[in-house]
Amino acid sequence: MKDGIRIDGRKPDELRPIKIEAGVLFRAEGSCYLEWGGNKIMAAAYGPREAMPRHIQDPTKAIVNARYNMVPFSVEDRKRPGPDRRSIEISKVTSEALEGVIFTELFPRATIDVCIEVLDAEAGTRCAGITAAAVALANAGIPMRDLPVACAAGKVDGTVVLDLTSDEDKEGDADLPIAIAPRSEEILLMQMDGHLTPAEFDEALELAIKGCREVSKLQREALMNKYKTFEVE
Amino acid sequence: MEIPEVKRVSAVKRDYLARLAKEGKRPDGREADEYRPIKIEKNILKNAEGSARVRIGNTMVMAGVKADIGEPYPDSPEEGAMSTSAELPPIASPEFESGPPKPDAIELARVVDRGIRESGYIDMGKLCIEPGEKVWIVFIDLHVLDYDGNLFDACSLAASAALQNAILPYEKFDMGENKPLPVTSPPISCTFVKYEDFIVVDPSLDEEQIAQARFTVALDEKGDIRAIQKGLKGTFTIEEIKNIINRAQIHARKIRKLLEE
Repeated sequence: MKDGIRIDGRKPDELRPIKIEAGVLFRAEGSCYLEWGGNKIMAAAYGPREAMPRHIQDPTKAIVNARYNMVPFSVEDRKRPGPDRRSIEISKVTSEALEGVIFTELFPRATIDVCIEVLDAEAGTRCAGITAAAVALANAGIPMRDLPVACAAGKVDGTVVLDLTSDEDKEGDADLPIAIAPRSEEILLMQMDGHLTPAEFDEALELAIKGCREVSKLQREALMNKYKTFEVE
Repeated sequence: MEIPEVKRVSAVKRDYLARLAKEGKRPDGREADEYRPIKIEKNILKNAEGSARVRIGNTMVMAGVKADIGEPYPDSPEEGAMSTSAELPPIASPEFESGPPKPDAIELARVVDRGIRESGYIDMGKLCIEPGEKVWIVFIDLHVLDYDGNLFDACSLAASAALQNAILPYEKFDMGENKPLPVTSPPISCTFVKYEDFIVVDPSLDEEQIAQARFTVALDEKGDIRAIQKGLKGTFTIEEIKNIINRAQIHARKIRKLLEE
């Protein structure tokens, strides 16, 4: 941080550039490609379809099963394929966050599967993944009471900042990723590590919600672009 | 579960494809010797030492190259090593499941690996840092994102494209400046399937689902054969195989041009 400007030239409350495209895969029922700073994410949604094996079925509602996966070449040192403890945790909290907005009671015994593939990683992959997953679910026509969106805030050099880069994440004092249902601004996911005073926490939360609102607009635009009708000349 | 779900196909579709085949037609209107449009994008990822996204029709594969330093194999102390893995993750098809690689993914990775290894595409001798002690190990990871048939050619092409502009990350290990990965001329893989005695190149998913036999051949720059994989339980006659290899020569030349663009 120098004169209120961050190492990558952003202001404290500025997001990295974000690009969202809906409906990019052929086989998936819904899909989304998202670039967020140096993150490149492909997400897909499948379902509702019969949950298999049968013993995992819930007779009262659909289960939501998100799988967050980093591809081996998405990070500095090659990651062994397959889930590690970190991916399993992120998959779990992502599933729970998405389940919070999906009308699961409409689809007893079904599963709604969400795949999040991190192709290139640069801090904030879980937020980018949830944001992409939400667009994929909407693209698949899964009924939801809101379009979830995620963003992180944190603290670097004693300043509360929005949307940390990997250097800021490593050198910084705190990271607070959240996901919200933007219409009600209810919290769907919150994790935090580092050190924040209660006042800093309030500031970071407010900043993260502000970030979510901005990203939410981009999600909606991406979906509108997918479905807009072309005027006939 | 012996038969993966993807191989199950309705009788209506099977009959329809069989009827078309008798007239020498394919379900998507292609000629027997026609590939779907091929699109190659190179070096699109930052963390990979080399990367490529290849689309053949609706099939989409991402390949990434990572390089690490390790010990050479005892029988080749002055050569580097390579390793190829393929993932068929559930994002790519409603039939794919997460979990460790299944036989399909292992076969796919090994066929791609053979084409690259046997054509000498990576100059292994130049991957030696200290004979017997330290060599570069090149990891090629193939990640299927959208599955609409012909993963063999899509993965092979993606691997070749990713290796083409890959670097060896000397800087990361404080050994001086990064260098380009030493590569020669890539192998080109061509895959055919046979159903109802109709042999077509670049099978779509519909065609793969009813295919009785599959044939993949990897050709080098001169048109010499560097790897072959015959798959599935159906058979080919010797004439059919000679014919397939002749047809592959023509496709390989065209695909090689695309890769060199």
